[in-house]
Amino acid sequence: MDKRIVYMDYNATTPLRDEVKAAMVEDLEVYANASSMHEAGRRARDRVEKARAKVAALVGAKDPASIIFTSGGSESNNTVFNTMYDLGRDGEGKASARRKIITTAIEHPCVMNSARRLADEGFPVVFLGVDGQGRIDMAELERELDPNSSAGGATLLVSVMAANNEIGTIQDIAAISKMAKAAGALVHSDAVQAAGKIAIDVEAWGVDYLTLSCHKIYGPKGIGALYMRKGVRTEPLIRGGHQELGIRAGTYNNQGILGFGLAAELALRDLKDFADRMRRLRERLRDGIAATVPDIRVNGHPTEVLPNTLNVSFPGAEGEAILLSLDLEGIEVSTGSACASGSLEPSHVLMATGVGPGLAHGSIRFSMGRGTSEEDVDYVIGKLTPIIRRLRRMSTVPSSEAARA
Amino acid sequence: MSDAFQWLYSPIVKEHFTNPKNVYDPDEKFDHDAEGVVGNIKCGDQMMFMLKIDDDKIKDVRWKTYGCASAIASTSMLSEVIKGMSIKDAYTIKPSDIANRLGGLPENKIHCSVLGDKALRAAIDGYLEKTGRPGAFKGEDAVVICNCLNITDKDIEQAVKDGARNWEQLQEATKIGTVCGGCKPRAEELLHEFVHIYGG
Repeated sequence: MDKRIVYMDYNATTPLRDEVKAAMVEDLEVYANASSMHEAGRRARDRVEKARAKVAALVGAKDPASIIFTSGGSESNNTVFNTMYDLGRDGEGKASARRKIITTAIEHPCVMNSARRLADEGFPVVFLGVDGQGRIDMAELERELDPNSSAGGATLLVSVMAANNEIGTIQDIAAISKMAKAAGALVHSDAVQAAGKIAIDVEAWGVDYLTLSCHKIYGPKGIGALYMRKGVRTEPLIRGGHQELGIRAGTYNNQGILGFGLAAELALRDLKDFADRMRRLRERLRDGIAATVPDIRVNGHPTEVLPNTLNVSFPGAEGEAILLSLDLEGIEVSTGSACASGSLEPSHVLMATGVGPGLAHGSIRFSMGRGTSEEDVDYVIGKLTPIIRRLRRMSTVPSSEAARA
Repeated sequence: MSDAFQWLYSPIVKEHFTNPKNVYDPDEKFDHDAEGVVGNIKCGDQMMFMLKIDDDKIKDVRWKTYGCASAIASTSMLSEVIKGMSIKDAYTIKPSDIANRLGGLPENKIHCSVLGDKALRAAIDGYLEKTGRPGAFKGEDAVVICNCLNITDKDIEQAVKDGARNWEQLQEATKIGTVCGGCKPRAEELLHEFVHIYGG
C-alpha cells in the first residue's frame, strides 16, 4: 500500500470549501468597515446581513436578527455563561432565587470551565452523568430540575451539547428543552459539532441559545455565532461599539462572516447527501476494523451518533503511540489518551461514559468529512491492523485485562 | 527545546519509536535473573524490565511497555545504554541522562522517561534482594516514600531542587502517587519541607 495522506480529524477542524475560499479571496476587496454610513460601508454591511440570514437558515431561525456573530464557539459559549453570571445576581449583587445551572459531564472544555467558574462564584452547578453510550438520563434531569427533590433551588439554565465532539453521541435536545422550560429554566445547546452533520431546528428544539462555529463546516476559523431566542437577555462579553445589537462589539470580520454565510448555505444544501455518505463510510470503517482487529470497543451510541464520527478503544495499545504510528503512515486522527492531551488525565468524555482508564487511554477518534473516500477508509483499516498488533505485542497488559482496567 | 511533536520526529527518537531495541518478543525464550514492573494501566503507562545479570554486570535486557511513543523511545534508548554496565552504574542513571541522549524531552514528556528508569531500578532492587543485598544501592538514609514506584525522599528532594513546587509538578517529575496514591500525605509533607528549604 503506497503511503497517502488521509485526514480523519474533521471534528477538530475542516479545510475551506473551494467556493468559500474563492468567495473570501474576492471579498478581500470589500475592506470597508461594515458599520460606516457611506456607500462602501453600506455595501459591506449588506454582505454581512446576507450572511447572517444564511446562518439563521442553517439552524431554522426565522429572524436573522436572532443571530449574532462572534469569534467562535468558545466565545459564544462564554457569552451564555457570562450572561448567567448576571442573571444569577440581582441589582445589588446578591444571589437570585433562581440560579442553579445544570449541564453535563461531557461538554466541551469551554462549557465545563465556564460552568466551573460559576460554581466558584457560588452558583449551584450540576454536571449530569451519562450512560455507557454517552446519553444523559432524562429521569436524573427531571430530578435535578425539581427544587423539591434536589439541592440548589430553581434552575436558571440547562446547557446540553447537541452532539459530542469525541464520541459523536447526539442528545434529544427537544425533549431536554421541553422538560427544562416546564421548570422555568433557560436552555442552551452547544451545536458546534452538530452543524452540517444533522438537522438543527431551533424552533422545534425550543432552545433559548445555540452555539455555532464556522471552522467545523468547511468555513474559516475565527468566526462563530450565537443564536438567541427573541426576548431572552444576553449580556455583552465584549463591550464597546454598537455592533450586533450592542451585545457583541467589534468591527465586523467581513471575510470571515462572508465565508460563514456561504459555508452555512452549502452545509444546509448538502446536509442530507453528506450525512448519508458519511454514515456509509462510518459503517465501512467500523465493520472493517471490527473484522480485522480483535478486542475492540466502539464508544458512543450505536444509532444516535454523528454520521462522520467513530471512536474506538483498542485495549492493550496506548492512544498516543497508536496516533503517532498512524501519523507516520499519513493518517491523521486524534486520541483520548492522557499523553496526547498535555495533562495526566485521559478524555473526560470517555471517563464519563464509565469505560475506565484502560479503554480511555487506548481510544482513537476517526472523524471523517467531505474529502474522505472509500479508498481512504480501506487504507486506514489496512494500516491499523499491524499497528495495533505491534503495540499489543509490546504491551505489559494483554487486551482482555486492559479492557477491564 | 523543541515542542512535543517536533521532538518526536528527530531521527534518533523516530528510530527508537519505530524500531525499538530489546523489546521482549513473546515467542523468544529469555531466561532472566531480574524483573521489575512499575506503573499501572490506570495512569496510562506501565513498564517491565527483564535483565540477564552475570557478575553484577547487565549482559542482556528485554522490556515491555503499555505507554506512549515517548515512553517507548526513552525505554528503548535506556535499554541500549545499560547493556554491559555494572548494575550499580545502571542503577544510578538519571532520567535526564536518557532525555539528553535523545536530544531533550519536552516538559510534559519527562515523566515518560521516569517510568523506564523506575522499572530498571525495581528490577535491580529485586536482584539485590534475591542475592542477599536488599537495598544495597539506595543511599544509606534514603527512605522509600512511594512503594508502588520505589520513589524515595531523595527523589522528592531532587525534584524540588530541579524546580517542582507543588503536587502536580512533583508528579510530573517523578510520577509519585500515581498508582495507589497512599503515599500522598507523607509525600506532600516532604514536598513542603523541601520547597521551604530550596524554594526561591
